Amino acid sequence: MIDCKHVWDHLSDFLDDALSSETRKLVQKHLEHCEVCSAILDSTRNILILTADERVFQLPLGYSERLHARLEDEIRSYRH
Amino acid sequence: MAALLSAENPRLAPRATGTHLPMSQSPDRNVEAQVIAAILAGNTRLFHDLIRPYERTVFSMAMAFLRNPEDAEDVTQETFLKALRNLHAYRAEARFSTWLVSIALNEARSCLRRHRAVESLDASDETDSIVPELLRDWREVPSEVLERLEVRKLLRDAVTELPLIYREVFLLREFEELTISESAQALNISPASVKVRLHRARIMLQRRLAPQLRPLAPKRRRFPW
Repeated sequence: MIDCKHVWDHLSDFLDDALSSETRKLVQKHLEHCEVCSAILDSTRNILILTADERVFQLPLGYSERLHARLEDEIRSYRH
Repeated sequence: MAALLSAENPRLAPRATGTHLPMSQSPDRNVEAQVIAAILAGNTRLFHDLIRPYERTVFSMAMAFLRNPEDAEDVTQETFLKALRNLHAYRAEARFSTWLVSIALNEARSCLRRHRAVESLDASDETDSIVPELLRDWREVPSEVLERLEVRKLLRDAVTELPLIYREVFLLREFEELTISESAQALNISPASVKVRLHRARIMLQRRLAPQLRPLAPKRRRFPW
């Protein structure tokens, strides 16, 4: 058995599926009966999905047009 | 070559501006390699199509780094210009996306150094355990909450206010979806350090955001019986 503090240390690797099968089993077993650690895991997973959503950092208006115009200027300069 | 990039080839069809494409879902490497070869052979305009899938993620990363849209846009433009100018130096052993991210990372760091010298070492690589926000239960907060401007700001602030060494790793893994070893390569640190920093970044976000996001979860349905 492992305690809550050890489970928290493994949280990130657990989410990345990067734990050894032995440790993963221990963490899973703990999660089955610990509502606090389960809630921590669920909230972390939920928060990661929300923060990585494309709506969080929106592109400025006209961003792509300005970028490609600058690239086009550079490309044209190669031909002269 | 044009057919490779046309809409008939969904693997590298030009995408609508603003479409999110994580680096892990970047276009087929073989197709990309052919496009790069064509650009180097003189069909330079294909560069527009080569970089289209990465426009959003490079900007998001720069924005989270620099916290300012003008700086982020400058850094993004410089990144793509440098990629164009140095494309001959790209070696296919690394994914094109990883190479691009390394350029973006250097550009963002230089920009930070120019603007605020203070932020360079705003956290040490601590190894102590970090305690998450303790909760008894968690009800899923749906992504529809992101329609609200204040929620987007909440998340943006939480990411951009992470200490720099944690923010870097977090952005490479969660935004660019680089692997642990690719992130380690881009940051010139060990994979073990990437894991430690990533863990701390995630827990810091959980600690800060869980109490703020919790009230946004849909209420449990109450049955009349």
